[in-house]
Amino acid sequence: MSFISLSFLLFLGILIILYYALPHKWQWVILLIASYVFYLFAGVKYLAFILFTTITTFLAIRFIDGRNKLQKEQLEKRKEMMSKEAKKAYKKQIKAQNRLVMIICIVLNFGILFFCKACLVEPLHTAFSSNATFSFLTIGLPMGMSFYMFQSIGYLIDVYRGKAEALTNPFKMALFTAFFPQLVQGPISQFNELKDTLFSEHAFDRRQLAFGMQRMLWGFFKKLVIADRIAVAIGTLKGAEYTGISFFVLTVFYAVQIYGDFTGGIDIAIGAAETLGIKLPENFIRPFFSKNIAEYWRRWHITLNEWMKRYIFYPITVSQPMLKLSLKTRSKLGKVGMRIPVYIGSLLTWLATGVWHGFNLHFIVWGLLNCFVIVVSEELAPLYKKFHDKFAFSNKRGYDVWQIIRMFLLMNLIRATDLFNDVGEYFTKLGSLAYQFNFNVLWDGTMMNLGLSVSDYIILGCGVVLMFLVSLFGRSGSVREKMEKWNIVLRYAVIIALLLVVVLFGSYGIGFDASKFIYNQF
Amino acid sequence: MQELLGILEGLHPEVDFNTCTNLVDGKILDSFDIVTIVAEVNATFDVAIPAEELIPENFNSAQALWALIERLDEE
Amino acid sequence: MKKRVWLKILIPVLITVLILLFVQQLLMPKYMTETKEGAMISEYYEKDNHGNNDVVFVGDCEVYENFSPVTLWNEYGITSYIRGSAQQLIWQTYYLMEETFKYENPKVMVFNVLEMIYDTPESTGDSEKREAYNRMTLDGMKWSKEKWNSIAASMTKQEKETDGYWSYIFPILRYHERWSEVGAEDFRYLFHRDAVTDNGYLMQVKVNPVLGEFNKRPLVDYSFGENSWKYLDMIKDLCKEHGTQLVLVKAPSLSPVWYDEWETQIEEYAAKNDLLYINFLEKQEEIGIDWNQDTYDRGLHLNVYGAEKLSIYFGQILKEECGIEDHRSDTELSALWTNKTKAYEARKEQLLLEYQEELDSEQ
Repeated sequence: MSFISLSFLLFLGILIILYYALPHKWQWVILLIASYVFYLFAGVKYLAFILFTTITTFLAIRFIDGRNKLQKEQLEKRKEMMSKEAKKAYKKQIKAQNRLVMIICIVLNFGILFFCKACLVEPLHTAFSSNATFSFLTIGLPMGMSFYMFQSIGYLIDVYRGKAEALTNPFKMALFTAFFPQLVQGPISQFNELKDTLFSEHAFDRRQLAFGMQRMLWGFFKKLVIADRIAVAIGTLKGAEYTGISFFVLTVFYAVQIYGDFTGGIDIAIGAAETLGIKLPENFIRPFFSKNIAEYWRRWHITLNEWMKRYIFYPITVSQPMLKLSLKTRSKLGKVGMRIPVYIGSLLTWLATGVWHGFNLHFIVWGLLNCFVIVVSEELAPLYKKFHDKFAFSNKRGYDVWQIIRMFLLMNLIRATDLFNDVGEYFTKLGSLAYQFNFNVLWDGTMMNLGLSVSDYIILGCGVVLMFLVSLFGRSGSVREKMEKWNIVLRYAVIIALLLVVVLFGSYGIGFDASKFIYNQF
Repeated sequence: MQELLGILEGLHPEVDFNTCTNLVDGKILDSFDIVTIVAEVNATFDVAIPAEELIPENFNSAQALWALIERLDEE
Repeated sequence: MKKRVWLKILIPVLITVLILLFVQQLLMPKYMTETKEGAMISEYYEKDNHGNNDVVFVGDCEVYENFSPVTLWNEYGITSYIRGSAQQLIWQTYYLMEETFKYENPKVMVFNVLEMIYDTPESTGDSEKREAYNRMTLDGMKWSKEKWNSIAASMTKQEKETDGYWSYIFPILRYHERWSEVGAEDFRYLFHRDAVTDNGYLMQVKVNPVLGEFNKRPLVDYSFGENSWKYLDMIKDLCKEHGTQLVLVKAPSLSPVWYDEWETQIEEYAAKNDLLYINFLEKQEEIGIDWNQDTYDRGLHLNVYGAEKLSIYFGQILKEECGIEDHRSDTELSALWTNKTKAYEARKEQLLLEYQEELDSEQ
């Protein structure tokens, strides 16, 4: 079941009624059932995968929890008998056992994820070849595997680290893993963030329901009116003949599409959860207003990057070998040497992020490009600072805007790796930007031959302006809360107008084309 | 404590680490800074801060960080 | 207090629904000036069109272009209606017949056997075009079990994969992109429609003679599909159940060509089930069709002159072999059909005028 369907809305509507009408202590059970119904729509054959992850992580968590309890008991019981060293050794032993179980569980799960990404999605032998057809927009589909698996593994590690309580009820574990709004494209929640609202009872709250629905509507707008409408032009612009400025246009269009598609999808997910009183973590905070690429990655796909930071970047960079290496390089290279572990950690984290997106060379190139730009800008930061200090204009608003535009364009170029399965083709196109200044494509009619009509451009233009204004408006606080203070008639008028815009100008369904009715011999 | 403040000020001379209590939540320290601090702490105090302790609560203020170092040193 | 909360929810929801319904009404194609075939199915529900028809034709253009109910009335006092739509497929015909029995119980149902050649929604070719034609048959139907079944049987693969059901329930989802085409017609016919047919007959007055023989290209397989047979059986049983005589016909249209192998299969079926079957292609001389005068599109369909001739011929059969009575002495029916005849004549006059203008402007 896709979010973008009336079937989903019907499903959610029925769920909301049952959820608030039945005794509230059953709410989490209803959510569990609903999540599995939702998952079954994707296909019975996928059920085994999510069950496997749920069961293995649950067993691992139970084991770890059991061992920890045993350890506590033993230490308590033999408090006097054990020496400090013996206690330490015993703790170490338990920890080692726990770690082993955790690692086995992670390896099993990621092994399956690896296998699926490599073999089920596309045969292994084509995984690194040029004709693979995977892009950012299809990630996680068809079954949201990357999302629920990362979420459960993150939880497992938290339990191992003693940072999260261990669930004792396997059905709660099942709900945490399969909670339906985040199955499609995230966000990836942390157990500690989600547990407060996921398992608790929620009284019906009209305001909360309205807020959730408003957020979903905004998501539908971004997805249907913007992202799906511009998609056709992106398909055309990928063609080999579009180079130079056309390529530049492509990167801008793609930014619009992926922003609408991804943030819109997340809005729908968070909004749907909100109607049920459940708070999912934010995944985007106006990412295109970032001033540098490191900031961008703190504001775009936040939950994935947070995951990567917590469970890959930090463990690598602060591991014993890295710290030793750091000491060594420091004594030889000074301050810069100190940073070598950071760079190694970044590199590995970005490689992992690339592979997470898909088993393709272009994703790895994409990860490396991101890493490269971040590291370079990090190294150049002191230089920038000196420059800023020298020139007064650096404090002005204009400079902020310049930084934002610069970041936007740079990110567009990096992101475009995703558009071409053939990495060589990407670099050819990127290179053409350096010498081919065919600005005439902007007005010579090329833009009218991409599959977008004048009215499409008008809708897209207005839509993008609207998204921009809403983002600006939202900088100083929640848009929906601000709207609440408006006159009720105005508020409803705005919402109904948005609904009409989605219904009328959304790009969905089979278009009506009077020319199809040309009467033939029947 | 003084040594720790020295490390922190080396990274961000513009911040008053005696009073600031939202170093992470206020986005003053990013993940690169945190990892650098861990390495510096390791070099200076011979205390290894494990990955699971790299959470905002432990890095939001110099005091919290100092408390963490002392706790780890005892263990 | 509680009441006010509900009002706060109910009123905006109600307003939203009303606006959406209005917009939907506005965006649905009206089929009043172009592609009139799309407006035909719903015309049946008009008060004067159903309830006392002796004969109901159900099918595609081979019925609604070739038979004229007004002629049947004026010559034989037979009341009839054609539930026709463009490229109607056999299961759509079946469900329309099923629905018709809810409105009246005619003595005769007429089915044109050319429909047997299409077995599945995919067998007509281009699936987008198929979907568009399906709409012309389905959108006009009132909501009923039959409509739902007809939709389920008609949807193309692509529609099924994309949750297409919803767009039949809420046609705005199908026609939302018409916002840029909305014109005067959409406003004018927002809440009413003009009759585009005369009891289901879509009149054509132009004359375009047949140019030559139609090519009979040999086929690989002449047997009708399983699905077609299934629905023909269902049609047969349905009529039997209601005590209605089912008459099979093959309209005299020259194209698409009718193969002898098809003819044999139908003849056998009719004989086996004791059904009346008339192949008008074989009766062209008796009917008196002149292919230089009586077709508007070179032999694909008859024009009004041809349709009147065919109706006179078929009326005789309905009277003699099916025993349909003459109702012209019934004052109520007479009054009704006098009006229908007037409308028919007026339409003919109007169309002839337009045709004359067209011919003049060409010269």
